[in-house]
Amino acid sequence: MKKTENTYSRRSFLKVSSLTGGGFMLGISWMASAKPEEKLAVMEVEPIWQELTSYIKITPENVIKIYSPNPEFGQNVMTSMPMLIAEELDVDFKSIIVEQASYNPALFNRQFTGGSQSIRSAWKLLRTAGASARQMILTAASQAWNVPVSELTTSKGQVKHASSGKTGSYGSFSTAASKLPVPKDIVLKANKGFRLLGTPQKNVEGTKIVHGKPLFGMDYTEAGMLIAMTERPPAFGMRLKSFDATAAKKMPGIVDVFTIQVYEPNQKLAMFDTRSFNEVIAVVGKTTWDVMNARKKLNVVWENAPETKEIVNNRETIVPGGLESSAKHYADMLAMDKKPGRVERKDGEPEKAFEAAKHIIERTYTAPFLAHNIMEPTNTFAHFQGNKVRFVAPIQGPDFIANTIATRLGIPKENIEINLARMGGGFGRRAYGHYMVEAALISKQANAPIKLVYSREDDVSGGIYRPTYQLTYRAAFDENKRLTAIHIKGGGIPESPLHANRFPAGALDNYLAESWSIPSNITIGAFRAPRSNFNAAAEQSFLDEISEYMGKDPIAFRLELLQRAKDKPVGKNNDYDASRYMGVLELVRDKSGWGKPENANKKRGVAAYFCHNSYAAQVIDLHVKDGQVIVDHVISAVDCGVVVNPEGAKNMAEGAAIDGIGNALFGNLTFTEGRTDQKNFDTYRMIRHHEAPKKIDVHFVANEVDPTGLGEPPFPPIFGAMANAIYQATGKRLYKQPFGNQIG
Amino acid sequence: MIKKFTLRINKKTYTVEADENMPLLWVLRDVLDLKGTKYGCGVGSCGACTVHLNGIAVRSCQLPISSLANQNITTIEGLAEKGDHPVQKAWLDLDVAQCGYCQAGQIMSAAALLKSNPRPSEEDIDNFMSGNICRCGTYTRIKKAIQQAAAKK
Ligand code: FES
Ligand code: FES
Repeated sequence: MKKTENTYSRRSFLKVSSLTGGGFMLGISWMASAKPEEKLAVMEVEPIWQELTSYIKITPENVIKIYSPNPEFGQNVMTSMPMLIAEELDVDFKSIIVEQASYNPALFNRQFTGGSQSIRSAWKLLRTAGASARQMILTAASQAWNVPVSELTTSKGQVKHASSGKTGSYGSFSTAASKLPVPKDIVLKANKGFRLLGTPQKNVEGTKIVHGKPLFGMDYTEAGMLIAMTERPPAFGMRLKSFDATAAKKMPGIVDVFTIQVYEPNQKLAMFDTRSFNEVIAVVGKTTWDVMNARKKLNVVWENAPETKEIVNNRETIVPGGLESSAKHYADMLAMDKKPGRVERKDGEPEKAFEAAKHIIERTYTAPFLAHNIMEPTNTFAHFQGNKVRFVAPIQGPDFIANTIATRLGIPKENIEINLARMGGGFGRRAYGHYMVEAALISKQANAPIKLVYSREDDVSGGIYRPTYQLTYRAAFDENKRLTAIHIKGGGIPESPLHANRFPAGALDNYLAESWSIPSNITIGAFRAPRSNFNAAAEQSFLDEISEYMGKDPIAFRLELLQRAKDKPVGKNNDYDASRYMGVLELVRDKSGWGKPENANKKRGVAAYFCHNSYAAQVIDLHVKDGQVIVDHVISAVDCGVVVNPEGAKNMAEGAAIDGIGNALFGNLTFTEGRTDQKNFDTYRMIRHHEAPKKIDVHFVANEVDPTGLGEPPFPPIFGAMANAIYQATGKRLYKQPFGNQIG
Repeated sequence: MIKKFTLRINKKTYTVEADENMPLLWVLRDVLDLKGTKYGCGVGSCGACTVHLNGIAVRSCQLPISSLANQNITTIEGLAEKGDHPVQKAWLDLDVAQCGYCQAGQIMSAAALLKSNPRPSEEDIDNFMSGNICRCGTYTRIKKAIQQAAAKK
């Protein structure tokens, strides 16, 4: 067993009672989880919780509560993160209470859901928290029984002393243990000693979900709470000129109508502060329906906005004026392809290779803007009082927005309380917490607790989209059809998708990657596997097409390139581990029976990709019926290191496949004169039941690598596998997403 | 116009004063504090707001309160007294939910489907459920859960 020093700052394990104003963790019992509550219910007195690190509380009656630090948006961290603690604490997972922690950077580490990093960054930390608490209990037991710690063992929340036959519950030692210091040196289990990790555990909130319990931000209510909605310009590139609220104010249930400035002029912004419109009209009333109706009675004059400048991340950023349209976006992107780009990476002599080429294949791939369409529309509860503000917020990154709220409201950061509500999806959208600033300003002005609610239309047309992208791939071949160089030039509106150091960089002697971008007033944000979600489609389609030209099997060709990158990598900054990349390709090849005679008639496509520290490959089988793609089978292979909760992990990879197929076939947000052409699910095409694959199989590479990302990695390659399978079924290579309307 | 209405929801009688055009969805959520029924689109396109009207699956965002006198309304909170409807049990057994936001609507649709069609084919399920969007992509699990609930009925 490896003895690891507890390197996590003691800060991470502060106890609530050692802080003033420790009430942060209390008073959110409506969010507390799971059956063991019944245990609490039968306890006659208020439970006395003893804290053993900030993540664990135990009562003398041995009720054990574990705080799940990170925001939950469906990736199931509320189950998998407490599993890490429970493994080392050595308790029965089914008998513990899991509670969503509130935002509290003094007590909890990295409370951010995004970048597929929750488990990766908590892997040692949360196990250390569990092991530390166990150690404290053992020390307390050894003192109580006057026996050495080394003679004590634990099992399911009980301490045992074999030679004397003594046993005692964790709870019976919890009071004494809570007074001990958090140990400095702790020993974590070796992977093969895991009893809980790697076993399927049910979603700790599953029962509440199927019973329709109020778990989401949208469901929150309290006495005196009003509903607020905001009216924003109807198009990007517009702003408020004037408005008359007389009629709206007369509508039933309406309490107030006023404007707010989301940020102060010249307020310095950070990366996740993005908002689409700075001045908006707030309508405050009794019910959502009242407010929706009153919005229709607003008399508003909008005007075209001029070019503006903003300071984002200490850099001046230009927000152009003008009303943008998709047709022009695509034309502008094509024009950029003809101009030299910014060179991001160059290996060997790509220009010479192209001059000497006997054959060149050049293909241009595009993808549209996408709206996140989180199932639960944007919302948050806020109550501003004096110089404090309290939120119940569905938010992926509370720590990002807390500073901004403090600055904008002019209050100390410590006066901001954020209770983290379960999120009805996030996909990156809820990393941008401008709506919390809006809600706080509205609560302040209305002098009441409010819940800010976006309608579906507000959400679809309100910005922070996956950008529109373009990538042109060129490949040079010699007279023997040998690949001699690849040139990638890519860009987007308003950012480039290019990851210059990813595969196939590192596998090619001659390689050139160039980048460009076109400014826009349409706001963008992270969307499940940002940039990768497009790069994979382009790259994996192109590799498929050139392997066909060379007469090679698409999987064998990729493996050949990866073997080269493994044996003799070109360049130094290659992002990926070629062996793990090969591993998922080999696994998907074997599991799908790739190349086997019994599968000869299947129309199948393959793709693989690396992002967020993990590797994923898929084979998709499909057929076309009446101009519609029917996906018969998705075989997914994932290497995300150790899998903490296999059933939750599978669910996530299945969802990634369906999400990818939906966006590849249908996802499309277009603009006319600054307005989105799609406003709701009647016009924005989402994948539905009958379009989901008939079957999905997910396979994980078994290894002992510390966990890497999972929420995002299985998503990007789906786009490539779809394009490649559609080609097999139809004989048509598709270059422009979405594919759905180009099949028949 | 604000009027008084009597509603029968989950076998209980409620008296509500509300605008006659207020959709049942908002009556449930904002007036009666029954938050299990979800708002997803408000235009009848997502199914998040699905409830039963006399045993039939309907979109509560499309039903004005004035149309509901003497009708039996069932929401997710009242689907089974103990929360143990075969569909709910199958959902738990297969750990269907990701974010969970769409699932009340999915469960209400699935329960209505099995009531009218106790042994649905895959195609029946696809057709019946296609009005319920799941942004997280739990469709394949939902289908399995419906088949499992059907087999146990
Ligand atoms: S909210 Fe009623 S169908 Fe979407
Ligand atoms: S589980 Fe998230 S929308 Fe269905």
